[in-house]
Amino acid sequence: MNQAPELNIDYVAQLARLALTPEEKAKFSHQLGDVLHHIEQLSKVDVSGIEPTAHAFPVYNVWAEDVARPGLSVDQALRNAPAGRDNMISVPKVVE
Amino acid sequence: MSSELHFQTITTLAAKLAAKELSSLELTQAVIARTKAVDGRIQAFNSFDEAGALAQAAASDSRRAAGEARGPLDGIPIGLKDVIAVAGQPLTASSRILANFVSPYDATVTRRLKEQAGAVLWGRLNCDEFAMGSSNENSAFRPVANPWDLARVPGGSSGGSAAALAAGAAIATLGSDTGGSIRQPAALCGLVGLKPTYGLVSRYGLVAFASSLDQIGPFARTVDDAALVLRAIAGHDPLDSTSFNAPVPDYPAELATRPGPWKIGIPKEYFGEGLNSEVGAAVEAAVAHYRKLGCEIREVSLPHTQYCLDTYYIIATAEASSNLARFDGIRYGHRSKAATDAIDIYAKSRAEGFGAEVKRRIILGTYVLSSGYYDAYYLRAQKVRTLIRQDFLTAFKDVDALLTPTSPVPAFKLGEKSDPLAMYLLDIYTIGVNLAGLPGVSVPCGFTQGGLPIGMQLIGQPFQEANLLAIARAYERAHEWHRKHPNL
Repeated sequence: MNQAPELNIDYVAQLARLALTPEEKAKFSHQLGDVLHHIEQLSKVDVSGIEPTAHAFPVYNVWAEDVARPGLSVDQALRNAPAGRDNMISVPKVVE
Repeated sequence: MSSELHFQTITTLAAKLAAKELSSLELTQAVIARTKAVDGRIQAFNSFDEAGALAQAAASDSRRAAGEARGPLDGIPIGLKDVIAVAGQPLTASSRILANFVSPYDATVTRRLKEQAGAVLWGRLNCDEFAMGSSNENSAFRPVANPWDLARVPGGSSGGSAAALAAGAAIATLGSDTGGSIRQPAALCGLVGLKPTYGLVSRYGLVAFASSLDQIGPFARTVDDAALVLRAIAGHDPLDSTSFNAPVPDYPAELATRPGPWKIGIPKEYFGEGLNSEVGAAVEAAVAHYRKLGCEIREVSLPHTQYCLDTYYIIATAEASSNLARFDGIRYGHRSKAATDAIDIYAKSRAEGFGAEVKRRIILGTYVLSSGYYDAYYLRAQKVRTLIRQDFLTAFKDVDALLTPTSPVPAFKLGEKSDPLAMYLLDIYTIGVNLAGLPGVSVPCGFTQGGLPIGMQLIGQPFQEANLLAIARAYERAHEWHRKHPNL
Protein backbone atom coordinates (compact mmCIF):
# COMPACT_ATOMS: atom_id res chain seq x y z
CA MET A 1 0.00 0.00 0.00
CA ASN A 2 3.00 2.28 -0.18
CA GLN A 3 2.61 2.13 -3.95
CA ALA A 4 0.14 4.46 -5.65
CA PRO A 5 -3.00 2.35 -6.03
CA GLU A 6 -3.77 0.99 -9.46
CA LEU A 7 -7.21 -0.33 -10.04
CA ASN A 8 -7.38 -2.47 -13.18
CA ILE A 9 -11.06 -1.88 -13.82
CA ASP A 10 -11.37 -4.51 -16.57
CA TYR A 11 -9.94 -7.20 -14.33
CA VAL A 12 -11.96 -6.20 -11.24
CA ALA A 13 -15.21 -5.88 -13.22
CA GLN A 14 -14.65 -9.37 -14.58
CA LEU A 15 -14.03 -10.71 -11.05
CA ALA A 16 -17.23 -8.99 -9.90
CA ARG A 17 -19.21 -10.32 -12.90
CA LEU A 18 -20.29 -6.82 -13.89
CA ALA A 19 -20.57 -5.96 -17.59
CA LEU A 20 -19.62 -2.28 -17.32
CA THR A 21 -19.84 0.07 -20.30
CA PRO A 22 -16.67 1.90 -21.42
CA GLU A 23 -18.19 5.11 -20.00
CA GLU A 24 -18.79 3.47 -16.61
CA LYS A 25 -15.27 2.08 -16.58
CA ALA A 26 -13.76 5.50 -17.23
CA LYS A 27 -15.99 7.22 -14.67
CA PHE A 28 -15.59 4.63 -11.90
CA SER A 29 -11.80 4.44 -12.42
CA HIS A 30 -11.56 8.18 -11.91
CA GLN A 31 -13.94 8.31 -8.92
CA LEU A 32 -12.48 5.25 -7.21
CA GLY A 33 -9.00 6.63 -7.82
CA ASP A 34 -9.99 9.56 -5.58
CA VAL A 35 -11.37 7.20 -2.95
CA LEU A 36 -8.28 4.98 -3.04
CA HIS A 37 -6.09 8.04 -2.75
CA HIS A 38 -8.02 9.01 0.41
CA ILE A 39 -7.71 5.46 1.74
CA GLU A 40 -3.92 5.65 1.34
CA GLN A 41 -3.71 7.42 4.70
CA LEU A 42 -4.49 4.12 6.46
CA SER A 43 -0.92 3.06 5.66
CA LYS A 44 0.22 5.63 8.24
CA VAL A 45 -1.41 3.75 11.12
CA ASP A 46 0.87 1.51 13.16
CA VAL A 47 -1.00 -1.78 13.31
CA SER A 48 1.87 -3.99 14.42
CA GLY A 49 0.67 -6.48 17.00
CA ILE A 50 -2.98 -5.47 16.54
CA GLU A 51 -5.53 -8.24 16.03
CA PRO A 52 -8.13 -7.69 13.29
CA THR A 53 -11.77 -7.13 14.24
CA ALA A 54 -14.29 -8.91 12.03
CA HIS A 55 -17.23 -8.38 14.37
CA ALA A 56 -17.56 -5.93 17.25
CA PHE A 57 -19.14 -8.62 19.45
CA PRO A 58 -18.11 -11.98 18.05
CA VAL A 59 -20.33 -14.87 19.01
CA TYR A 60 -18.69 -18.26 18.65
CA ASN A 61 -20.01 -21.79 18.30
CA VAL A 62 -23.61 -21.03 17.52
CA TRP A 63 -25.37 -24.33 17.17
CA ALA A 64 -28.85 -25.22 16.09
CA GLU A 65 -30.63 -28.47 16.76
CA ASP A 66 -30.46 -30.68 13.67
CA VAL A 67 -34.19 -31.06 13.30
CA ALA A 68 -36.41 -30.49 10.29
CA ARG A 69 -38.74 -27.52 10.41
CA PRO A 70 -41.28 -26.22 7.93
CA GLY A 71 -39.76 -24.52 4.88
CA LEU A 72 -41.07 -22.88 1.73
CA SER A 73 -43.39 -24.75 -0.61
CA VAL A 74 -42.15 -25.34 -4.16
CA ASP A 75 -44.47 -22.61 -5.43
CA GLN A 76 -43.21 -20.14 -2.86
CA ALA A 77 -39.58 -21.00 -3.50
CA LEU A 78 -39.96 -20.61 -7.27
CA ARG A 79 -42.23 -17.59 -7.24
CA ASN A 80 -39.36 -15.15 -7.82
CA ALA A 81 -37.44 -17.24 -10.36
CA PRO A 82 -36.97 -15.34 -13.63
CA ALA A 83 -37.56 -18.44 -15.76
CA GLY A 84 -38.71 -21.97 -15.02
CA ARG A 85 -40.76 -25.00 -15.95
CA ASP A 86 -41.81 -28.27 -14.29
CA ASN A 87 -40.97 -27.02 -10.79
CA MET A 88 -37.43 -26.13 -11.85
CA ILE A 89 -35.47 -22.97 -12.59
CA SER A 90 -34.46 -22.69 -16.27
CA VAL A 91 -30.88 -21.72 -17.06
CA PRO A 92 -28.83 -21.81 -20.26
CA LYS A 93 -27.00 -25.02 -21.01
CA VAL A 94 -23.69 -25.04 -19.12
CA VAL A 95 -22.37 -28.52 -20.06
CA GLU A 96 -21.94 -29.61 -23.66
CA MET B 1 -59.27 15.94 15.97
CA SER B 2 -58.62 13.16 13.56
CA SER B 3 -56.86 15.40 11.04
CA GLU B 4 -53.92 15.64 13.42
CA LEU B 5 -53.90 12.03 14.58
CA HIS B 6 -51.08 11.35 12.16
CA PHE B 7 -48.68 13.63 14.09
CA GLN B 8 -49.29 12.10 17.53
CA THR B 9 -46.92 9.84 19.41
CA ILE B 10 -47.30 6.12 20.01
CA THR B 11 -47.54 6.90 23.73
CA THR B 12 -50.51 9.24 23.22
CA LEU B 13 -52.26 7.06 20.66
CA ALA B 14 -51.77 3.87 22.70
CA ALA B 15 -53.54 5.57 25.63
CA LYS B 16 -56.44 6.58 23.38
CA LEU B 17 -56.68 3.08 21.93
CA ALA B 18 -56.59 1.56 25.42
CA ALA B 19 -59.33 3.95 26.58
CA LYS B 20 -61.37 3.04 23.46
CA GLU B 21 -61.53 6.72 22.48
CA LEU B 22 -60.01 5.71 19.19
CA SER B 23 -59.96 2.57 17.08
CA SER B 24 -57.00 1.26 15.13
CA LEU B 25 -59.20 1.39 12.04
CA GLU B 26 -59.77 5.13 12.50
CA LEU B 27 -56.09 5.73 13.15
CA THR B 28 -54.98 3.60 10.20
CA GLN B 29 -57.48 5.32 7.91
CA ALA B 30 -56.11 8.69 9.04
CA VAL B 31 -52.54 7.62 8.29
CA ILE B 32 -53.57 6.23 4.89
CA ALA B 33 -55.37 9.47 4.03
CA ARG B 34 -52.36 11.49 5.11
CA THR B 35 -50.06 9.26 3.06
CA LYS B 36 -52.17 9.80 -0.05
CA ALA B 37 -52.23 13.55 0.57
CA VAL B 38 -48.46 13.96 0.93
CA ASP B 39 -46.65 11.13 -0.82
CA GLY B 40 -46.91 12.65 -4.28
CA ARG B 41 -44.61 15.36 -2.91
CA ILE B 42 -42.26 13.40 -0.63
CA GLN B 43 -42.10 10.10 -2.59
CA ALA B 44 -41.32 8.15 0.57
CA PHE B 45 -43.28 5.01 -0.32
CA ASN B 46 -42.20 2.38 -2.83
CA SER B 47 -45.55 0.66 -2.33
CA PHE B 48 -48.29 0.14 0.22
CA ASP B 49 -51.04 -2.40 0.81
CA GLU B 50 -54.12 -0.49 1.90
CA ALA B 51 -56.43 -3.50 2.18
CA GLY B 52 -53.82 -5.42 4.15
CA ALA B 53 -53.29 -2.55 6.59
CA LEU B 54 -57.02 -2.07 7.13
CA ALA B 55 -57.42 -5.80 7.77
CA GLN B 56 -54.62 -5.70 10.36
CA ALA B 57 -56.27 -2.66 11.97
CA ALA B 58 -59.64 -4.42 12.13
CA ALA B 59 -57.97 -7.47 13.66
CA SER B 60 -56.33 -5.24 16.27
CA ASP B 61 -59.68 -3.70 17.16
CA SER B 62 -61.20 -7.19 17.51
CA ARG B 63 -58.39 -8.26 19.83
CA ARG B 64 -58.89 -5.17 21.94
CA ALA B 65 -62.64 -5.69 22.09
CA ALA B 66 -61.99 -9.24 23.30
CA GLY B 67 -59.59 -7.99 25.99
CA GLU B 68 -56.61 -9.49 24.17
CA ALA B 69 -54.68 -6.38 23.16
CA ARG B 70 -50.96 -7.10 22.88
CA GLY B 71 -49.54 -3.91 24.34
CA PRO B 72 -48.85 -0.31 23.37
CA LEU B 73 -48.00 -1.02 19.71
CA ASP B 74 -51.20 -2.95 19.07
CA GLY B 75 -53.02 -1.17 16.26
CA ILE B 76 -50.28 1.43 15.63
CA PRO B 77 -49.32 1.90 11.93
CA ILE B 78 -45.57 1.36 11.50
CA GLY B 79 -43.72 1.68 8.20
CA LEU B 80 -40.80 -0.53 7.16
CA LYS B 81 -37.82 0.37 5.02
CA ASP B 82 -37.95 -1.59 1.80
CA VAL B 83 -35.00 -3.77 2.84
CA ILE B 84 -36.96 -5.58 5.59
CA ALA B 85 -38.91 -8.63 4.47
CA VAL B 86 -42.68 -8.90 4.91
CA ALA B 87 -44.20 -12.14 3.60
CA GLY B 88 -46.29 -11.57 0.48
CA GLN B 89 -45.15 -7.95 0.07
CA PRO B 90 -42.66 -6.50 -2.43
CA LEU B 91 -39.05 -6.34 -1.23
CA THR B 92 -37.09 -4.19 -3.67
CA ALA B 93 -34.22 -2.55 -1.72
CA SER B 94 -35.09 0.32 -4.12
CA SER B 95 -33.20 -1.57 -6.83
CA ARG B 96 -34.19 -2.56 -10.35
CA ILE B 97 -32.65 -5.97 -9.75
CA LEU B 98 -35.40 -6.72 -7.18
CA ALA B 99 -38.13 -4.63 -8.81
CA ASN B 100 -40.51 -7.60 -9.07
CA PHE B 101 -39.40 -9.56 -6.00
CA VAL B 102 -42.08 -10.61 -3.51
CA SER B 103 -40.82 -11.76 -0.12
CA PRO B 104 -41.64 -15.39 0.70
CA TYR B 105 -41.14 -14.89 4.43
CA ASP B 106 -41.14 -12.38 7.30
CA ALA B 107 -38.04 -10.83 8.81
CA THR B 108 -37.79 -11.50 12.55
CA VAL B 109 -38.51 -7.83 13.32
CA THR B 110 -41.57 -8.02 11.06
CA ARG B 111 -42.86 -11.10 12.82
CA ARG B 112 -42.28 -9.54 16.23
CA LEU B 113 -44.08 -6.32 15.28
CA LYS B 114 -47.02 -8.14 13.67
CA GLU B 115 -47.51 -11.20 15.82
CA GLN B 116 -46.16 -10.25 19.24
CA ALA B 117 -46.83 -6.51 19.31
CA GLY B 118 -49.88 -6.36 17.03
CA ALA B 119 -48.64 -3.38 15.01
CA VAL B 120 -50.25 -2.49 11.68
CA LEU B 121 -47.55 -2.67 8.98
CA TRP B 122 -47.93 0.31 6.71
CA GLY B 123 -45.89 0.71 3.55
CA ARG B 124 -42.63 -0.27 1.94
CA LEU B 125 -40.41 2.76 2.40
CA ASN B 126 -38.05 4.15 -0.21
CA CYS B 127 -34.30 4.18 0.46
CA ASP B 128 -30.97 4.40 -1.27
CA GLU B 129 -30.46 1.32 -3.44
CA PHE B 130 -29.36 -1.55 -1.15
CA ALA B 131 -29.08 1.08 1.63
CA MET B 132 -25.99 2.58 -0.03
CA GLY B 133 -26.08 6.35 0.22
CA SER B 134 -26.54 9.39 2.41
CA SER B 135 -29.23 11.33 0.54
CA ASN B 136 -31.74 8.80 -0.81
CA GLU B 137 -30.81 9.98 -4.32
CA ASN B 138 -29.48 6.48 -5.10
CA SER B 139 -32.98 4.97 -5.13
CA ALA B 140 -33.46 3.34 -8.53
CA PHE B 141 -37.09 4.45 -8.53
CA ARG B 142 -37.25 8.07 -7.35
CA PRO B 143 -35.54 10.34 -4.83
CA VAL B 144 -37.30 11.20 -1.56
CA ALA B 145 -37.93 14.84 -0.65
CA ASN B 146 -37.41 16.26 2.84
CA PRO B 147 -40.82 17.26 4.29
CA TRP B 148 -39.24 20.39 5.84
CA ASP B 149 -38.09 21.64 2.43
CA LEU B 150 -39.09 19.69 -0.65
CA ALA B 151 -36.04 20.90 -2.60
CA ARG B 152 -33.77 19.15 -0.08
CA VAL B 153 -32.80 15.56 0.63
CA PRO B 154 -34.16 13.69 3.68
CA GLY B 155 -30.77 12.06 4.25
CA GLY B 156 -30.07 8.41 3.68
CA SER B 157 -30.06 5.66 3.29
CA SER B 158 -33.33 5.30 5.27
CA GLY B 159 -34.68 8.53 3.75
CA GLY B 160 -38.18 7.20 3.10
CA SER B 161 -38.48 5.97 6.70
CA ALA B 162 -37.54 9.44 7.95
CA ALA B 163 -39.61 11.45 5.49
CA ALA B 164 -42.74 9.32 5.93
CA LEU B 165 -42.66 9.74 9.71
CA ALA B 166 -41.82 13.46 9.61
CA ALA B 167 -44.72 13.99 7.19
CA GLY B 168 -47.22 12.05 9.31
CA ALA B 169 -47.52 9.14 6.89
CA ALA B 170 -46.73 6.64 9.69
CA ILE B 171 -46.62 6.74 13.51
CA ALA B 172 -43.19 5.12 13.67
CA THR B 173 -40.91 3.46 11.13
CA LEU B 174 -38.01 1.05 10.97
CA GLY B 175 -34.80 1.69 9.10
CA SER B 176 -31.41 0.04 8.87
CA ASP B 177 -28.10 1.64 9.79
CA THR B 178 -24.75 0.49 8.39
CA GLY B 179 -22.82 3.78 8.63
CA GLY B 180 -25.44 6.26 9.87
CA SER B 181 -28.45 5.39 7.73
CA ILE B 182 -30.93 5.79 10.60
CA ARG B 183 -29.26 8.57 12.60
CA GLN B 184 -28.39 10.92 9.74
CA PRO B 185 -31.87 11.01 8.13
CA ALA B 186 -33.39 11.31 11.63
CA ALA B 187 -31.23 14.42 12.16
CA LEU B 188 -32.10 15.89 8.77
CA CYS B 189 -35.84 15.30 9.28
CA GLY B 190 -36.16 16.30 12.98
CA LEU B 191 -36.77 12.81 14.44
CA VAL B 192 -35.39 10.42 17.02
CA GLY B 193 -33.42 7.67 15.25
CA LEU B 194 -31.76 4.79 17.12
CA LYS B 195 -29.03 2.44 15.88
CA PRO B 196 -28.94 -0.35 18.49
CA THR B 197 -25.83 -2.21 19.65
CA TYR B 198 -24.69 -4.72 17.02
CA GLY B 199 -26.40 -8.01 17.81
CA LEU B 200 -29.32 -6.60 19.83
CA VAL B 201 -31.82 -6.73 16.95
CA SER B 202 -32.00 -9.72 14.61
CA ARG B 203 -30.89 -9.16 11.01
CA TYR B 204 -32.84 -12.19 9.76
CA GLY B 205 -34.88 -10.99 6.79
CA LEU B 206 -32.88 -7.78 6.33
CA VAL B 207 -31.39 -7.42 2.84
CA ALA B 208 -27.69 -7.65 3.67
CA PHE B 209 -25.38 -4.74 2.83
CA ALA B 210 -22.40 -5.07 5.22
CA SER B 211 -23.20 -7.86 7.64
CA SER B 212 -20.75 -6.91 10.41
CA LEU B 213 -22.13 -3.33 10.52
CA ASP B 214 -25.86 -3.55 9.67
CA GLN B 215 -28.47 -3.09 12.40
CA ILE B 216 -32.21 -2.46 12.22
CA GLY B 217 -33.61 0.28 14.44
CA PRO B 218 -36.54 2.63 14.98
CA PHE B 219 -37.41 6.13 13.86
CA ALA B 220 -39.80 7.75 16.32
CA ARG B 221 -41.19 11.14 17.34
CA THR B 222 -39.93 10.85 20.90
CA VAL B 223 -37.39 8.89 22.89
CA ASP B 224 -40.20 7.09 24.73
CA ASP B 225 -41.65 5.95 21.41
CA ALA B 226 -38.24 4.72 20.27
CA ALA B 227 -37.98 2.72 23.53
CA LEU B 228 -41.38 1.13 22.87
CA VAL B 229 -40.42 0.02 19.38
CA LEU B 230 -36.98 -1.18 20.52
CA ARG B 231 -38.55 -3.34 23.22
CA ALA B 232 -40.74 -4.95 20.56
CA ILE B 233 -37.95 -5.78 18.08
CA ALA B 234 -34.91 -6.48 20.30
CA GLY B 235 -33.80 -9.84 21.58
CA HIS B 236 -32.08 -13.07 20.72
CA ASP B 237 -33.02 -14.82 17.50
CA PRO B 238 -31.71 -18.30 16.65
CA LEU B 239 -32.11 -17.43 12.95
CA ASP B 240 -29.32 -14.81 13.18
CA SER B 241 -26.06 -16.34 14.37
CA THR B 242 -24.70 -12.89 15.29
CA SER B 243 -27.71 -12.21 17.52
CA PHE B 244 -26.71 -11.66 21.15
CA ASN B 245 -28.19 -14.05 23.66
CA ALA B 246 -29.05 -11.96 26.71
CA PRO B 247 -32.28 -10.82 28.34
CA VAL B 248 -33.77 -7.63 26.90
CA PRO B 249 -34.52 -4.93 29.47
CA ASP B 250 -37.95 -3.36 29.63
CA TYR B 251 -36.68 -0.16 28.03
CA PRO B 252 -39.72 2.10 28.61
CA ALA B 253 -39.82 1.15 32.31
CA GLU B 254 -36.04 1.41 32.69
CA LEU B 255 -35.94 4.97 31.33
CA ALA B 256 -38.06 6.28 34.15
CA THR B 257 -35.75 4.80 36.79
CA ARG B 258 -32.59 6.51 35.56
CA PRO B 259 -32.64 10.17 36.58
CA GLY B 260 -28.95 10.89 36.10
CA PRO B 261 -26.84 12.94 36.33
CA TRP B 262 -24.37 11.33 33.96
CA LYS B 263 -20.81 11.82 32.86
CA ILE B 264 -20.87 12.90 29.25
CA GLY B 265 -17.81 12.92 27.02
CA ILE B 266 -17.27 15.39 24.19
CA PRO B 267 -14.90 13.88 21.61
CA LYS B 268 -12.77 16.78 20.45
CA GLU B 269 -12.23 15.21 17.02
CA TYR B 270 -15.95 15.58 16.24
CA PHE B 271 -15.99 19.37 16.40
CA GLY B 272 -13.39 20.28 13.81
CA GLU B 273 -13.20 21.35 10.20
CA GLY B 274 -16.29 20.83 8.07
CA LEU B 275 -18.84 21.25 10.86
CA ASN B 276 -21.60 23.71 9.90
CA SER B 277 -21.64 26.59 12.42
CA GLU B 278 -25.37 26.43 13.14
CA VAL B 279 -25.13 22.68 13.79
CA GLY B 280 -22.09 23.24 16.00
CA ALA B 281 -23.86 25.96 18.00
CA ALA B 282 -26.97 23.81 18.55
CA VAL B 283 -24.88 20.90 19.82
CA GLU B 284 -22.88 23.25 22.09
CA ALA B 285 -26.19 24.49 23.53
CA ALA B 286 -27.16 20.87 24.25
CA VAL B 287 -23.84 20.36 26.04
CA ALA B 288 -24.63 23.44 28.15
CA HIS B 289 -28.05 22.00 28.95
CA TYR B 290 -26.55 18.75 30.26
CA ARG B 291 -24.12 20.78 32.36
CA LYS B 292 -27.10 22.64 33.80
CA LEU B 293 -28.72 19.30 34.64
CA GLY B 294 -25.71 18.54 36.81
CA CYS B 295 -23.92 16.27 34.37
CA GLU B 296 -20.16 16.22 34.38
CA ILE B 297 -18.90 17.20 30.93
CA ARG B 298 -15.49 15.92 29.94
CA GLU B 299 -13.49 16.44 26.81
CA VAL B 300 -12.32 13.07 25.51
CA SER B 301 -10.22 11.99 22.57
CA LEU B 302 -10.89 9.29 19.98
CA PRO B 303 -7.52 9.52 18.29
CA HIS B 304 -8.28 7.22 15.34
CA THR B 305 -11.36 9.16 14.26
CA GLN B 306 -9.64 10.42 11.11
CA TYR B 307 -9.29 6.82 9.92
CA CYS B 308 -12.95 5.83 10.39
CA LEU B 309 -14.08 6.82 6.91
CA ASP B 310 -11.41 4.86 5.07
CA THR B 311 -11.77 1.85 7.34
CA TYR B 312 -15.50 1.90 6.82
CA TYR B 313 -15.37 2.15 3.03
CA ILE B 314 -12.99 -0.81 2.83
CA ILE B 315 -14.93 -3.07 5.19
CA ALA B 316 -18.42 -2.06 4.05
CA THR B 317 -17.68 -2.40 0.34
CA ALA B 318 -15.82 -5.68 0.85
CA GLU B 319 -18.79 -7.17 2.68
CA ALA B 320 -21.20 -5.68 0.14
CA SER B 321 -19.34 -7.15 -2.82
CA SER B 322 -19.61 -10.55 -1.18
CA ASN B 323 -23.25 -10.18 -0.08
CA LEU B 324 -24.42 -8.88 -3.45
CA ALA B 325 -22.80 -11.78 -5.31
CA ARG B 326 -26.09 -13.62 -4.72
CA PHE B 327 -27.79 -11.40 -7.28
CA ASP B 328 -26.87 -13.41 -10.35
CA GLY B 329 -30.08 -13.44 -12.39
CA ILE B 330 -30.56 -17.18 -11.87
CA ARG B 331 -32.82 -17.95 -8.91
CA TYR B 332 -34.54 -14.61 -8.35
CA GLY B 333 -34.28 -11.00 -9.41
CA HIS B 334 -33.74 -9.44 -12.81
CA ARG B 335 -32.37 -11.67 -15.60
CA SER B 336 -30.95 -10.02 -18.71
CA LYS B 337 -32.68 -10.89 -21.95
CA ALA B 338 -29.52 -10.03 -23.88
CA ALA B 339 -27.39 -12.75 -22.27
CA THR B 340 -26.13 -15.74 -24.24
CA ASP B 341 -24.58 -18.06 -21.63
CA ALA B 342 -24.42 -18.48 -17.86
CA ILE B 343 -21.50 -16.13 -17.22
CA ASP B 344 -23.12 -13.60 -19.52
CA ILE B 345 -26.36 -13.84 -17.50
CA TYR B 346 -24.45 -12.92 -14.34
CA ALA B 347 -22.55 -10.02 -15.85
CA LYS B 348 -25.40 -8.49 -17.86
CA SER B 349 -28.15 -9.06 -15.30
CA ARG B 350 -26.02 -7.34 -12.68
CA ALA B 351 -25.06 -4.54 -15.07
CA GLU B 352 -28.71 -3.90 -15.96
CA GLY B 353 -30.03 -4.41 -12.43
CA PHE B 354 -27.65 -2.38 -10.25
CA GLY B 355 -27.35 1.41 -10.19
CA ALA B 356 -24.11 3.42 -10.31
CA GLU B 357 -23.40 3.64 -6.58
CA VAL B 358 -23.95 -0.08 -6.05
CA LYS B 359 -21.65 -0.87 -8.97
CA ARG B 360 -18.97 1.49 -7.63
CA ARG B 361 -19.08 -0.19 -4.23
CA ILE B 362 -19.02 -3.70 -5.68
CA ILE B 363 -15.96 -2.75 -7.74
CA LEU B 364 -14.19 -1.20 -4.74
CA GLY B 365 -15.10 -4.13 -2.49
CA THR B 366 -13.99 -6.69 -5.05
CA TYR B 367 -10.71 -4.83 -5.48
CA VAL B 368 -9.85 -4.62 -1.77
CA LEU B 369 -10.54 -8.34 -1.40
CA SER B 370 -8.67 -9.38 -4.54
CA SER B 371 -5.49 -11.41 -4.49
CA GLY B 372 -2.47 -9.24 -3.71
CA TYR B 373 -4.50 -6.44 -2.11
CA TYR B 374 -6.31 -8.27 0.70
CA ASP B 375 -3.63 -7.70 3.33
CA ALA B 376 -2.93 -4.11 2.36
CA TYR B 377 -6.57 -3.06 2.41
CA TYR B 378 -9.01 -5.43 4.04
CA LEU B 379 -6.84 -6.94 6.74
CA ARG B 380 -5.30 -3.57 7.57
CA ALA B 381 -8.75 -2.00 7.80
CA GLN B 382 -9.85 -4.73 10.20
CA LYS B 383 -6.85 -3.96 12.41
CA VAL B 384 -7.56 -0.24 12.35
CA ARG B 385 -11.13 -1.17 13.25
CA THR B 386 -9.73 -2.73 16.43
CA LEU B 387 -8.00 0.56 17.28
CA ILE B 388 -11.15 2.58 16.56
CA ARG B 389 -13.16 0.30 18.82
CA GLN B 390 -10.52 0.53 21.57
CA ASP B 391 -10.73 4.35 21.39
CA PHE B 392 -14.43 4.21 22.25
CA LEU B 393 -14.05 1.56 24.97
CA THR B 394 -11.23 3.56 26.56
CA ALA B 395 -13.38 6.72 26.57
CA PHE B 396 -16.21 4.76 28.18
CA LYS B 397 -14.04 4.02 31.21
CA ASP B 398 -14.58 7.65 32.19
CA VAL B 399 -17.97 8.60 30.77
CA ASP B 400 -21.48 7.15 30.38
CA ALA B 401 -22.06 8.49 26.88
CA LEU B 402 -20.54 10.64 24.17
CA LEU B 403 -22.27 13.67 22.67
CA THR B 404 -21.53 14.76 19.10
CA PRO B 405 -23.27 16.27 16.07
CA THR B 406 -25.08 13.60 14.02
CA SER B 407 -24.37 15.14 10.63
CA PRO B 408 -21.85 17.88 9.86
CA VAL B 409 -24.52 19.74 7.85
CA PRO B 410 -28.30 20.12 7.82
CA ALA B 411 -30.35 18.86 4.86
CA PHE B 412 -28.73 19.82 1.54
CA LYS B 413 -30.32 20.34 -1.84
CA LEU B 414 -31.21 17.45 -4.13
CA GLY B 415 -28.41 17.13 -6.69
CA GLU B 416 -26.03 19.32 -4.67
CA LYS B 417 -23.44 16.62 -3.95
CA SER B 418 -22.49 14.74 -7.10
CA ASP B 419 -19.02 13.54 -6.08
CA PRO B 420 -19.05 10.17 -4.25
CA LEU B 421 -16.23 11.14 -1.90
CA ALA B 422 -18.01 14.35 -0.84
CA MET B 423 -21.09 12.26 -0.10
CA TYR B 424 -19.07 9.71 1.90
CA LEU B 425 -17.64 12.51 4.06
CA LEU B 426 -21.16 13.27 5.35
CA ASP B 427 -21.03 10.04 7.38
CA ILE B 428 -17.97 11.14 9.30
CA TYR B 429 -19.67 11.36 12.74
CA THR B 430 -21.78 8.22 12.47
CA ILE B 431 -19.59 5.47 10.98
CA GLY B 432 -17.30 5.01 14.00
CA VAL B 433 -20.31 3.81 15.99
CA ASN B 434 -20.98 1.03 13.46
CA LEU B 435 -17.32 0.00 13.32
CA ALA B 436 -17.28 -0.26 17.11
CA GLY B 437 -20.71 -1.95 17.24
CA LEU B 438 -22.09 0.63 19.69
CA PRO B 439 -25.58 2.05 20.15
CA GLY B 440 -26.15 5.59 18.89
CA VAL B 441 -29.22 7.79 18.87
CA SER B 442 -29.92 11.04 17.04
CA VAL B 443 -32.15 13.46 18.90
CA PRO B 444 -33.58 16.78 17.59
CA CYS B 445 -31.64 19.69 19.12
CA GLY B 446 -32.68 22.76 17.16
CA PHE B 447 -33.38 24.33 13.80
CA THR B 448 -31.30 26.42 11.45
CA GLN B 449 -32.34 29.99 10.73
CA GLY B 450 -33.73 28.62 7.48
CA GLY B 451 -35.99 26.25 9.40
CA LEU B 452 -34.12 22.97 8.85
CA PRO B 453 -33.91 20.45 11.71
CA ILE B 454 -30.61 19.81 13.51
CA GLY B 455 -29.79 16.58 15.33
CA MET B 456 -27.27 15.62 17.99
CA GLN B 457 -25.88 12.15 18.44
CA LEU B 458 -25.52 10.38 21.77
CA ILE B 459 -23.29 7.31 21.71
CA GLY B 460 -23.69 4.72 24.46
CA GLN B 461 -21.87 1.78 25.93
CA PRO B 462 -22.55 -1.64 24.40
CA PHE B 463 -26.03 -2.95 25.27
CA GLN B 464 -26.70 0.09 27.48
CA GLU B 465 -29.61 1.37 25.38
CA ALA B 466 -31.66 2.04 28.52
CA ASN B 467 -29.01 4.43 29.82
CA LEU B 468 -28.52 6.00 26.40
CA LEU B 469 -32.23 6.65 25.93
CA ALA B 470 -32.57 7.97 29.49
CA ILE B 471 -29.86 10.53 28.74
CA ALA B 472 -31.58 11.48 25.48
CA ARG B 473 -34.93 11.77 27.22
CA ALA B 474 -33.56 14.11 29.90
CA TYR B 475 -32.73 16.57 27.12
CA GLU B 476 -35.93 16.02 25.15
CA ARG B 477 -38.17 16.67 28.16
CA ALA B 478 -36.77 20.18 28.56
CA HIS B 479 -37.12 21.11 24.89
CA GLU B 480 -39.88 21.53 22.34
CA TRP B 481 -38.05 20.75 19.09
CA HIS B 482 -39.73 17.39 18.70
CA ARG B 483 -43.19 18.97 18.88
CA LYS B 484 -42.71 20.90 15.63
CA HIS B 485 -44.00 19.42 12.38
CA PRO B 486 -43.40 20.45 8.78
CA ASN B 487 -46.10 22.33 6.88
CA LEU B 488 -47.09 20.15 3.99
